[in-house]
Amino acid sequence: MLAYIIQRVGQSALVLLIVGLVAFSMFRFVGDPIDNMLGQERTQEDIDRLRGQLGLDQPFVMQYVKFLGGAVQGNFGVSYRQGRPVSEILLERAPATLELAAVSGFLAISIGIGLGVFTAIRRNGITANVIMSASLIGVSLPTFLIGILLIYLFSVELGWLPSFGRGETVQVGGWSTGFLTETGLKALILPSITLGLYQMTLIMRLVRSEMLEVLRQDYIRFARARGLRERAVNFRHALKNTLVPVITVTGLQLGSIIAFAIITETVFQWPGVGLLFINAIQFVDIPVMAAYLMLISVMFVGINLIVDLLYFAIDPRLRVDRTGGH
Amino acid sequence: MTPTLSIRNLTVDIPTRHGTLRPVQDVSYDIAQGEILGVVGESGAGKSMAGNAVIGLLNPPAHIASGEIHLNGTRIDHLQGDDMRRLRGQQIGMVFQDPLTSLNPLLKIGDQLTETMLAHLDISQSEARKRAIAALEEVGIPGAAQRVDSYPHEFSGGMRQRVVIALALCAEPSLIIADEPTTALDVSVQAQIIALLKRLCRDRGTAVMLITHDMGVIAEAADRVAVMYAGQLTELGAVRDVLTAPLHPYTDGLMGSTPLASRGKARLHQIPGAMPRLDALPDGCAFHPRCPRAQADCVRNPGPTLSDGQGRAACFHPLVREDVA
Repeated sequence: MLAYIIQRVGQSALVLLIVGLVAFSMFRFVGDPIDNMLGQERTQEDIDRLRGQLGLDQPFVMQYVKFLGGAVQGNFGVSYRQGRPVSEILLERAPATLELAAVSGFLAISIGIGLGVFTAIRRNGITANVIMSASLIGVSLPTFLIGILLIYLFSVELGWLPSFGRGETVQVGGWSTGFLTETGLKALILPSITLGLYQMTLIMRLVRSEMLEVLRQDYIRFARARGLRERAVNFRHALKNTLVPVITVTGLQLGSIIAFAIITETVFQWPGVGLLFINAIQFVDIPVMAAYLMLISVMFVGINLIVDLLYFAIDPRLRVDRTGGH
Repeated sequence: MTPTLSIRNLTVDIPTRHGTLRPVQDVSYDIAQGEILGVVGESGAGKSMAGNAVIGLLNPPAHIASGEIHLNGTRIDHLQGDDMRRLRGQQIGMVFQDPLTSLNPLLKIGDQLTETMLAHLDISQSEARKRAIAALEEVGIPGAAQRVDSYPHEFSGGMRQRVVIALALCAEPSLIIADEPTTALDVSVQAQIIALLKRLCRDRGTAVMLITHDMGVIAEAADRVAVMYAGQLTELGAVRDVLTAPLHPYTDGLMGSTPLASRGKARLHQIPGAMPRLDALPDGCAFHPRCPRAQADCVRNPGPTLSDGQGRAACFHPLVREDVA
């Protein structure tokens, strides 16, 4: 078990290194940061000097090695645009994105699994069929469109909820949270629905189809034949067997919730890392872009690692296969 | 004495777009306390369907169209929802064909045993666990006290079927429906499982409906045998009589097509043709198109039946045996 974890962490580190390398090889196609940093009255000398200072005259592999050297010491460089350390900017922005992603992820998983189980158990009911049809909207509509529609309905027409920003936030240690104020909570509603709707419908449809498959199994029939209560059959026996494939997809989707926050944050002007990244691209702010991409990769890889460990917790057959005996 | 199970004129219907299929038609039989009734027939003869009807696990749209089922004198075929659930496990236990798929792979076998007992008996968790270990010991699982915390995949097929039997019996039902309990097992394990089932049911006086297509299993385990063909009961009688001196031409054909070492290398007898499809049953006796003894009047309707659980063979022209009354 421990050997397996170490092995997986090693693999994860390798993936991160490769992601970084690919990212750095792409940066020079985004544009030349020097253009934005120096004013109209620049001389070739100024340009060369700044380029030398930033290390941009070196091949991208060297830039990458330099970046890695700093990154392992927690130093991600200084933003070209803001002139402040990148780690400071990220820490300032991360709470907004993480809170948004956490609420979206929670909504997606809880409602997705709940509705999935419901539509599987009542598969011929009218309500279940209405939910299934409605879920097609969530799967097929693009995120930004959902966001704009929600803003139109709830902010413009009804005026119930704010259309942009986080509302008031409270500082708890170094973390600025919107969970503790009314405006902060209100501001979370529309963006988190926008961000999580696709994942919610996806999880729901997946849970439903997996559950229908499991309900056909012999052990479910046998559980019924033993006179277990319907609730025990559905939740104790069927749902647990549904979870392994569901966790795989859910894990990947949680990663993409954080990654796709870019679009939602842009629509709602949410002051998170996604918006920071979009602005960084416009300015060719390489240190910010690099740090953001690494941060997202770490999260993806970390979630996948957790997913793999969850398999062990759920399915006893895997535990045996790994160690080769009982 | 009231029989443990009494089925009277049971008919199961499956409505389809192309008309109603009748996988079980007018079937009647009794199983006494402690008796093992073997139900044999080809695939699709309706033997499992009848068992599922008794335990109330017919897959919709299949349903009981008419007839009555009595368990220990109480009518049970019209029970719904929670009343039927309480009956399952507590009054009627069921053993399925494939032990590899009938246990939940994610739950310890001890938990599967205790949840069954707790669903039916008013006992504490720790008492249930004690009984679970005892139940495993009883079905011959070595080291039951340790194995109770094992998962199904840690057992072999034969051991798993023992666990399944322990599960079916753990709430002390008065009837066990064993649906092809040995079909998925190794031949050497088959005999052990049959012996186990036989011993446990004799000790407790449990009635058994043993559904199989294996005449060997019937000969070894059953007290009486019911032969089914195309949803109907064709012959019913003591195992000795039916197997050695069948009266129905179908049973006779079945016995003739059972391979026996004593017959040497002679070509195995075959019944010509195949069982009719349920949507294309012939007039009169369903077996007459394949029957060597068929005569002109075999097509007359209604066909021969064993409606009230009396008689031996549902046939207009049964074989004549001098040694059988």
